[in-house]
Amino acid sequence: MRVALFVTCINDALHPRTGQAVVTLLERLGVEVDFPVEQSCCGQPQFNTGYRHATEPLVRRFDRAFRDYEYVVTPSGSCAAMVRDNYPRIGAKAAAEGRGRGLVDAAAVAVPKMYELTEFLVDVLKVEDVGACYPHTVTYHPTCHGLRMLGLGDRPRRLLEHVEGLELRELPGAEECCGFGGTFAVKNPAVSAAMGADKVRHILGTGAEAVCTVDNSCLLHIGGTLTRQGATVRPVHIAEILASTEGSPW
Amino acid sequence: MSGTYLGMPAFPRAAAASTRDTQLRANLTHATRTIRDKRAKAVAELDDWAQLRAAGAAVKDRTLRHLDHYLEQLEAAVIAAGGQVHWAVDADEANRIVTRLVRETGETEVVKVKSMATQEIGLNEALAEAGIRAYETDLAELIVQLGHDLPSHILVPAIHRNRSEIRDIFRREMASWGRPAPDGLTDSPAELAEAARLHLREKFLSAKVGISGANFMVAETGTLVVVESEGNGRMCLTLPETLISVVGIEKVVPAWQDLEVFLQLLPRSSTAERMNPYTSTWTGTTDGDGPQTFHLVLLDNGRTDTLADTVGRQALRCIRCSACLNVCPVYERAGGHAYGSPYPGPIGAILTPQLRGLAGSLEASLPYASSLCGACYEVCPVAIDIPEVLVHLRERVVEGGPVTRGGARTVLRPARGHAAERATMRAAGWAFDHPGVLRAGMRLAARTRRLHPRRLPGPGRAWSRTRDLPAVPAESFRDWWQRTRGTSPKHEGGGK
Ligand code: SF4
Repeated sequence: MRVALFVTCINDALHPRTGQAVVTLLERLGVEVDFPVEQSCCGQPQFNTGYRHATEPLVRRFDRAFRDYEYVVTPSGSCAAMVRDNYPRIGAKAAAEGRGRGLVDAAAVAVPKMYELTEFLVDVLKVEDVGACYPHTVTYHPTCHGLRMLGLGDRPRRLLEHVEGLELRELPGAEECCGFGGTFAVKNPAVSAAMGADKVRHILGTGAEAVCTVDNSCLLHIGGTLTRQGATVRPVHIAEILASTEGSPW
Repeated sequence: MSGTYLGMPAFPRAAAASTRDTQLRANLTHATRTIRDKRAKAVAELDDWAQLRAAGAAVKDRTLRHLDHYLEQLEAAVIAAGGQVHWAVDADEANRIVTRLVRETGETEVVKVKSMATQEIGLNEALAEAGIRAYETDLAELIVQLGHDLPSHILVPAIHRNRSEIRDIFRREMASWGRPAPDGLTDSPAELAEAARLHLREKFLSAKVGISGANFMVAETGTLVVVESEGNGRMCLTLPETLISVVGIEKVVPAWQDLEVFLQLLPRSSTAERMNPYTSTWTGTTDGDGPQTFHLVLLDNGRTDTLADTVGRQALRCIRCSACLNVCPVYERAGGHAYGSPYPGPIGAILTPQLRGLAGSLEASLPYASSLCGACYEVCPVAIDIPEVLVHLRERVVEGGPVTRGGARTVLRPARGHAAERATMRAAGWAFDHPGVLRAGMRLAARTRRLHPRRLPGPGRAWSRTRDLPAVPAESFRDWWQRTRGTSPKHEGGGK
């Protein structure tokens, strides 16, 4: 099986190790991974801030980059949700504005092939035990987009529960937003920081060595709050845990 | 805080002040978490909740599509039952109508059932200007009124107050409004409730005019419905000689049978109860029983403008259950007053800018008062996709576009103050559409990474006051891929 990796702009620029982990993990599971270099940002920051028109070229670019693939896998719940939920909206609005059905068609092609990493593992590859080993205590924060827009359910947890040596610690108030919300963190800094502080307090309360999510953008916010407080809890993307093995710890 | 919502600072500023009010945050966190957990349990009891929710949304959508028809049917039914119907296009007209109706009775005091619509139009203040005193009879609303305060929650307007604050307000204020607080009043819930009961009883027994809102209006029979927990509303609805109900036009449902859906959805979502303790319905007037004069004031005040927006109109489905407030992490930290209207929380963030328009700075800031976490949509019993409407309204703020104001189509200009952001977004959009440029930028960032500060000056300062910026890695994923895997010729060429 051959899949295209949609690494996302944040991972590309700031968290390359997450993308490398996805490649390592998928190849270990016998999947051939391509990285179409024409890919770029999904348009989420622009769309969520109200710049819908600025996202249209990115929808077309996504279509061009991934047109030839049956599966597109991304290590980001919010970017997967952006494609799945909002590309059809962008297409419909463009059509309603009398600008043709090009974006409707592009969205219709993109939506069914878009998989968030844990969805792809559990639903397509049908594995829960990916042969990982990560001998640490970990707490899992289900990100809002993964939880509510994608409906990931307990897929990430099931994958983590099969990781050798990993001890999963329950996170109180797990389903509450960490307060990042893209430009929300900039436009409402006080509320965002208050939410982040509460999330971090809960994470520290678990005593876990690491906090893991399916999205590096939330981890960026959580991690930034953690280091500012001098806490040593590591923010880790789930892909990096799943890529880790006894022979080559990540 | 007192008086009116007008002149509220824009949301981020008001919210920042609230986050520093530790008492307020403690009060809110305690209250919302308790009700949140109870609601989840009450909802989980029904295995057809998803279908009920879909039915509620469908009934409301169908009604909104044919709103003119159902309103005319309602008007005819109310008149046939002995009531009178008045149409108010905006807050001023509604206030004028109600003031005139009260004056015609010769009374200078009225009792009120808690009503969002009358808060929305500022009726109490308008009546006060005309020399008419309005007494709130809902317990929480009474606390707000006595405290010269504003409501901060749809269902529990005094949620921002704790028991000892309430005791202080009762002791200090009750005497100037009627029966004073009993001597030695403590903050035990039973004593506070008893003090309120004694105070209010005098009002009920002397009132000649009652003013209410309504949760629903049934078009086919001309029946109005109020659901409440205390029974005080029922007193206001039955004891006075004249009853004036001010209701938003979106509250109509076609048939009595439709109540079946909403009377299940509403109590579980709002108070986590299986059934409302008091459900009062009234249809026109009945000789020798209840009010002998009944007026229905149908309030538009921006609702038909909202209806004209095909994405935004779903906000008119709202049955004011307040479930979205109770799960909202932003509401929990910002408090209700920051939203600058009687509709706080997620629903306020989409309803207020639609009812009032986006011209004011508060209204333009409300669509951003959300991290788009989606918890509100998940709990909403009529499935209002609040995040979708928020993003839609953000687009109106930054890009402008067609809107309906005062019944006429106009094109909204982009809000001022977003010029720098618009330029950044456009530049980012352009760079993202030119991966070659993007890659060059990433390489530059990687090469200069040791120079990057972890705290920022300028507009980024707010972010980095409480959080560290991430360190830029030495090599982007893109470059790693090319270095280790090469690039297949088919996908070469990063440019356009
Ligand atoms: S928007 Fe939905 S959840 Fe919020 S008050 Fe209205 S009906 Fe309730």
